[in-house]
Amino acid sequence: MRICVDAEKCEGHNRCFALAPELFEVDDLGLAKALNDGRVPPGLEDKADLAIANCPEFAIRIVEED
Amino acid sequence: MTERDPRDMRPREGCPVQDWATDFDVMDPDYIKDPAPVWRDLRERCPIAHTTRWGGAWLPTTYADVRDMARAAPTLSNRSPGVIPPAPELREMLIAEVKEFGSELPPISSDAPEHKPFKQLILPLFSPHAVERYRPFTEQLANDLIDRFIATGKADAAVDYAQQIPPRVIAHIIGIDPARADEFVEWVRGVLEEGQTNPEARMANRRHIRDFFQAMIDERRDGLRDDAISALMTAEVEGKRLSDYTIVGVCYLLLVAGIDTTWSSIGAALWHFGMTESDRKRMYAEPDLYPTAIEELLRFYSPVVMARRVLEPVAFGAAEMAPGEKVIMNFPAANRDPAVFEQPDEVVLDRTHNRHIAFGVGIHRCAGSNLARMEMDVALRVWFQRIGDFAVSDPDAVRWAGGQVRGPRIVPMRVTAA
Repeated sequence: MRICVDAEKCEGHNRCFALAPELFEVDDLGLAKALNDGRVPPGLEDKADLAIANCPEFAIRIVEED
Repeated sequence: MTERDPRDMRPREGCPVQDWATDFDVMDPDYIKDPAPVWRDLRERCPIAHTTRWGGAWLPTTYADVRDMARAAPTLSNRSPGVIPPAPELREMLIAEVKEFGSELPPISSDAPEHKPFKQLILPLFSPHAVERYRPFTEQLANDLIDRFIATGKADAAVDYAQQIPPRVIAHIIGIDPARADEFVEWVRGVLEEGQTNPEARMANRRHIRDFFQAMIDERRDGLRDDAISALMTAEVEGKRLSDYTIVGVCYLLLVAGIDTTWSSIGAALWHFGMTESDRKRMYAEPDLYPTAIEELLRFYSPVVMARRVLEPVAFGAAEMAPGEKVIMNFPAANRDPAVFEQPDEVVLDRTHNRHIAFGVGIHRCAGSNLARMEMDVALRVWFQRIGDFAVSDPDAVRWAGGQVRGPRIVPMRVTAA
């Protein structure tokens, strides 16, 4: 599974970082980036789904299913 | 019409509402107590209401409409985000100041392109990592507050606890002398509480606070300190240092934006647990619930609405808006929309899919959300650790404030030490 954060949509709510710090990092302005080029390590797919489902800006999407 | 309690925050304007679709009143006492039935009704038959009360406004009630409107900047402008118009004398003073000095409280009262550099200036103060530095202070504060009342067996969860936390934390961040924190908290309450109904008190307290910030700037000209006001004094926006007026304005914004909003969230959460035994027991039994419970309480009791001003003719559904009209960003109603949330009118402490917009959405999303979440987390954890059992002792004495920021202002509680 691969995910990405759309930088145009992210407004820095930090929800993804709070829910899945293994998958995202945020800068000083709160803007998020997917770690590891968006590749989700096996076993963390549920956390990725949780981050996607809680983003108020609909900024996170799956770019590659398994 | 029911008799109004004198402790309610503001007089209602005019006669009772006949039809909420064409004549809503955000200061109606029943609406302030529980607005959800009105939103349910409007969502089904309207869903964007209009009123001529309080200067006139539009009120969306669905998640999709609120989201679209919040993202419609700058057609919907942030230049006057207040929901209830200021009293005429305050309004005249503000207009004169803005003419002389520019935007009163950047970035909340700014549009693009002025908005972005100010937002970038304050966001680092409130990043997830930055706010963790204030957690130990907040924990100590929460414990000290409980020490003051725990032996008496009772407390006002709003006045004695919720309302004490945010102003002291923000005072600490800005760099206010701890010895003057009590005095400072009184001025803040003078603006946000008494100032709601008394424009003179509001202006006098606003002046105290602004003078106080100006004195802090003057004190730091000879030596900067490790605090937010010093950081603002060295900051540059587009290559230029900030004027004292702007630094004072930014500090004032940090205060007024982060205080009654956060104390409303903490107060509403404690009111909820004090009224709902099953959820209270769950929190004691399942401490892993904090992260989802906090988001759920933010969703359910979303305290804040903001206003936008229409700059160009624009239509949302059947609502045709004209320049100059006001639009209320009804984030709390969006968070109860059944199209987005299952069981929207129930508090589900372990709700995992919760795309709520209590902190807004789009470029004006709340800059202090990480701080608010940290304060809420600490306030609730310390409360549940220190207090073995509690309940609202007199539900009829509970008072809610509304308008721009909704939350309980009086919550008498019976408390037992853990």
